[in-house]
Amino acid sequence: MSLVFAGVCSHAPGITGRAKRADPVVRDAFYARLHELRERLEAAKPDVLVIVAAEHFANFFMNNMPAYCMGLADEYEGPIEDEDWLAIRRTVVPGNAGLARRIITGMLADIDLSYAEEWKFDHGIMVPLNFLTPRYDLPVIPVNVNCQGPPLTTLERAYEFGRVLRRACDAQPERIALVGTGGISHWPATPDSGVINEAWDRQFLDRFINNRRAELIAYTDEETLRDAGQGGFEIRTFLTVAGATEGATGELLFYAPIPIFAVGCTVAQMAVQ
Amino acid sequence: MSLYYVQKLLYQLNRDPIVRKRFAADRDELLGEYSLTDEERTAIEDGDIGLLYVMGVNGQILMHYSALIGQEWDEYINAMKQGVADHGAVRGGLYTLLEDRDG
Ligand SMILES: [Fe+2]
Repeated sequence: MSLVFAGVCSHAPGITGRAKRADPVVRDAFYARLHELRERLEAAKPDVLVIVAAEHFANFFMNNMPAYCMGLADEYEGPIEDEDWLAIRRTVVPGNAGLARRIITGMLADIDLSYAEEWKFDHGIMVPLNFLTPRYDLPVIPVNVNCQGPPLTTLERAYEFGRVLRRACDAQPERIALVGTGGISHWPATPDSGVINEAWDRQFLDRFINNRRAELIAYTDEETLRDAGQGGFEIRTFLTVAGATEGATGELLFYAPIPIFAVGCTVAQMAVQ
Repeated sequence: MSLYYVQKLLYQLNRDPIVRKRFAADRDELLGEYSLTDEERTAIEDGDIGLLYVMGVNGQILMHYSALIGQEWDEYINAMKQGVADHGAVRGGLYTLLEDRDG
């Protein structure tokens, strides 16, 4: 068993970039739970962090859009965004190409995924790292699930991707942590930025925390678009974490809509059996 | 309409300092490599976030471009709202499927 930790958190750029504009009470409660997730991550003593993100056109474009891609490099850089806008300085993040190669090779027996030896992080990875590995001293293996440019992988496949990822991780000697990042309901980067469907989010989180696969894969994209916005497509990253921890349940550390962050801010940990 | 190429150019400007340098120094040559209508070209050159949104540029690409050209957050959100007010509903891309929340 080499998966030693699994969690999820939000990654919206406002979390760092518009920090000063949020209600400080809710914001600081959210940050405190992110720091708690970091402490739990550190306590698991991982050798590497696999971070499953839904990137936003930092590396992948409609000329050649992978449904799934894993990073295969010894270092990455980010953020691509304006540093002041995101309030995160551009930096080099260590990777682990050797382990990534073994995981990818293992996964290819069961599922098709792309790899990339070059990868620039956007807020989807940099915002979580800013809280979870603030000294950038834990090697990272990035994974992208295309959640931005339909046609998209199905929810069933996103869950299956997590199962396959877990099997490949468990075949490695290293201690591996897994974090999924994404929004739940949100309408980011549109005039409706800041709209959040809290009831939908809470129902989704109940399904996620209890790892009820049948209910997690039941959403159609039409329903998600209507009830949770195009940002809701990012639940795929949560489904991958659920798939990787199938049979286990989790703990919701934090959920609160923070409109200026444009997302229902979420922190959760899943048990690893 | 060549929404694909508008988005491709903005995607590359957002992520690649060399493309940004060419946009500043050799703009005609750079833009000549993309199949753009006059309206699209003008919208990009003017940083017209509202019109680019209405054309259907993916918001994630547009949000990063807005940050690149130095817009403040409220200015960016208002530019999209003004774009819809001036030019009408989104013409292409994913956001044509979103419901009209003002309607
Ligand atoms: Fe996102």
